[in-house]
Amino acid sequence: MAEAAIELIGIDKSFGTVRANRDINLVIERGTIRGIVGENGAGKSTLMSILYGFYQADSGEIKVGGKPVSIKTPNDAIALGIGMVHQHFMLVQNFTVIENIILGAEDEALLKRSIANARSELERLEREYGLEVDPDAVIEELPVGLQQRVEILKALYRGAEILILDEPTGVLTPAEADHLFRILKQLKDQGKTIVLITHKLREIMAITDTVSVMRQGTVVATRETAKTTVEELAELMVGRRVLLRVEKGEAKPGEVKLAVDNLTVRDSRGVTMVDDVSFDVRGGEIVGIAGVAGNGQSELIEAISGIRKAVSGTVLLDGKPIEVTGQADPGELRDRGLAHVPEDRHYVGLVLAFEENENSILGYHDKTEYLKGPFLDIDAIRADAKQKIEKFDIRPANDRLKTANFSGGNQQKIVLARELEQNPGVLVVGQPTRGVDVGAIEFIHKQLIAMRDRGKAVLLVSVELDEIRSLSDRILVMFDGRIVGERGPDATEGELGLLMAGVERQEAAE
Amino acid sequence: MSNPYAKLPAWADYGLIPLINLIVAFIVAGLVVLLVGENPFRAAVILVEGAFGSGTGLAYTLYYATNFIFTGLAVAVAFHGGLFNIGGEGQAYIAGLGVGVVCLAFDHVLPWWLTFPIAILGAAAVGALWALIPAYLQAKRGSHIVITTIMFNFIAASAMVYMLVDVLKPRGSMAPQTRQFVEGAQLPKLGWFLSEFGLTVRPSAPLNLSFLLALLMAFFVWLLIWRTRLGYEIRTMGFSPKAARYAGISETRIIIVTMLISGALAGMMALNPIMGDQHNVSLDFVSGAGFVGIAVALMGRSHPAGIVPAAILFGMLYQGGAELAFEMPNISRDMIVIIQGLVILFAGALEHMFRPWVQAAFASLSPRTVGVAQPKGERA
Ligand SMILES: Nc1ncnc2c1ncn2[C@@H]1O[C@H](COP(=O)(O)OP(=O)(O)OP(=O)(O)O)[C@@H](O)[C@H]1O
Ligand SMILES: [Mg+2]
Repeated sequence: MAEAAIELIGIDKSFGTVRANRDINLVIERGTIRGIVGENGAGKSTLMSILYGFYQADSGEIKVGGKPVSIKTPNDAIALGIGMVHQHFMLVQNFTVIENIILGAEDEALLKRSIANARSELERLEREYGLEVDPDAVIEELPVGLQQRVEILKALYRGAEILILDEPTGVLTPAEADHLFRILKQLKDQGKTIVLITHKLREIMAITDTVSVMRQGTVVATRETAKTTVEELAELMVGRRVLLRVEKGEAKPGEVKLAVDNLTVRDSRGVTMVDDVSFDVRGGEIVGIAGVAGNGQSELIEAISGIRKAVSGTVLLDGKPIEVTGQADPGELRDRGLAHVPEDRHYVGLVLAFEENENSILGYHDKTEYLKGPFLDIDAIRADAKQKIEKFDIRPANDRLKTANFSGGNQQKIVLARELEQNPGVLVVGQPTRGVDVGAIEFIHKQLIAMRDRGKAVLLVSVELDEIRSLSDRILVMFDGRIVGERGPDATEGELGLLMAGVERQEAAE
Repeated sequence: MSNPYAKLPAWADYGLIPLINLIVAFIVAGLVVLLVGENPFRAAVILVEGAFGSGTGLAYTLYYATNFIFTGLAVAVAFHGGLFNIGGEGQAYIAGLGVGVVCLAFDHVLPWWLTFPIAILGAAAVGALWALIPAYLQAKRGSHIVITTIMFNFIAASAMVYMLVDVLKPRGSMAPQTRQFVEGAQLPKLGWFLSEFGLTVRPSAPLNLSFLLALLMAFFVWLLIWRTRLGYEIRTMGFSPKAARYAGISETRIIIVTMLISGALAGMMALNPIMGDQHNVSLDFVSGAGFVGIAVALMGRSHPAGIVPAAILFGMLYQGGAELAFEMPNISRDMIVIIQGLVILFAGALEHMFRPWVQAAFASLSPRTVGVAQPKGERA
């Protein structure tokens, strides 16, 4: 067996009463890819943050390359050859690629020489690992997949031998994810060690050599990937059998609840993102919008839910118009029974600095049940929040905890609980299970189907083709701002994939 | 991972760090005192003695603190909404007109306890109005509120010179100020209250009823920010404008309402010197209190429970500083301003300078305490 790159021995970490990591022992061999899976809040990110020097363990020992080390800050970690690619990229948006890469690692005060040095080093790295990216491109103009590549380059530039990736594919398109995996394989072949945290078990099966499962702060199992199955991993994670496929009955579509007609939306630069789109969603059905990220789905649901102005077109909610081209008021739309789970939970769907209970009324804060005259009825709000925490199994079950301190998947549940529990007539939901563990995905899917079965209309946008296929009663495929096809739930992945790539349209144009 | 660096326990966050900042400020100030050839320890004793050593000193300290509570609250309210109101100075100054007009109109006809509520409304209304224009420009035109409020400080200053020299000055008088108000516009002093505790307070000591109004406003601000729907909306906007939009909170409305409240609080500061002490409206009666309010709000973490002590600290610097300039020949009035500046610098502007060290110290001393979620949150 190869020698160990990292050894974690007896790691413990508590946050107040929450024991995020308890007695963790983990050995990761050099030159391998190790997957880490586990429920939301199992302590995966915490463990990696300890390894990267963001947090200090309460007790326990870390060995890197066989030697005991003390990692107090990320700089210590970098010096030991540990690099981390964060889920939320830490790049300066208006700097170029090369400026970002040398940031914090400048050789001297005058940048010219640093940049020249960096450029040749960067070329070497790009050649070696197939990580092409234009060094002079400005970050904000790059798609997320490339931004992530810059993060990886940044770590390698600082001499990383061990690379940690925390949910790297959550924001990537399938093609970008494939490319990332090719890069990771190449890095492994060059002898680098990689730790990959993900909720997508398929990715674990596709790329890792070994996989460790965490549950409630401990490592409950480590398996050779070749000798395990998705079902076994899911069961190890959650402690019970998980239905990986949703079971649902026939849809019974009723009245049209949401009617979109000739909707056109441009982004802030004036580029047309939604191009003359029309469709209906009826009560009692789930309409899924499939598509590669960035093809206008985000703008479409933002326009429908009143947080982005459309250029032209009409949207009817229960037969009455929504002022999509004027001053639509999301608050008023909520009153009319339209709920919206936004794709960006961090900056749109939540106020991270708020306590959990404060977020559980965001957007519904003017409902009389949460108010006593002009005052917030804090007892009522907290009781309501506790109920949602219980029903959606949000962990830790503490409604006074600052929202930023919940794990990613639990933050997502906070938003879902808030919107679903209002029992809206129409639900517009973007990426409902991004960053959510398999057990919670099962739960969320059941909730969405239950809404449908109660006769509500659900408009679902997701870049996860599996999710679209298993939930939707009708699938609309969006490409380049247009709806390029409609299919039933039995459409094959290949068929949808072609549509999503715009193939049919191009053929038609020829 | 939204917060990469570990958090400190609340007591360190709200107690230890401000204390370290203060100590450093005083050490640097001590060096300055040493530089001009005076003994810094004696200077410190004089300063504290002057501020708290006698009933009269204490009354002055609290009088100055009253000004700073109003202006500090004004900055804090705006800050919760993500707005930086630098215009407290001008809002307070121009609000002097509101107070002055009410007092000139009613001091002969009404008792003080009827004039006072009207004057509060006058002060609040004029202060709010002065904040409304920058607020409107920010909300509707996107003109940055920092720039416009600064400009409005200058406009207020010029307007007040004009009003006092050309309009409100009694005929035949040489001084650019209104006539003296009679009893109907004079607030009761609070010196007697300190005398109850055996302190001797000169009758001229300016501490007056406005101090209680300031404390009441501190309570109201707490109530507003953490207990009302409006406060919830203001905080949502302050933390994340995108989330506010999503939640159906109108940005325009919140900017305007927040600035109106902020301006009203700054405006009320005018009551303290005008009705409580001088009994006239004179040039420059604000004398920097609006700017000190920024430091007070920063130091008090925009929380009323922090703002009141921070205001008293600055009151101490004002009062003790005056004593110091009097007692030590080498220390001039300007030196005091430098010392005050140092406190503002370390306590306000460099607020985060020592944080990483404190965090590192905590991390190595007892890792367990670092990262503990604040048990009492911001609702304290
Ligand atoms: N700074 C913090 N303060 C308090 N509690 C925290 C803090 N950071 C994490 N926690 C808690 O520690 C536990 C582990 O969180 P962690 O982020 O490691 O989970 P995770 O396995 O990465 O979950 P996810 O899959 O949802 O990202 C959670 O219960 C979380 O609420
Ligand atoms: Mg995580």
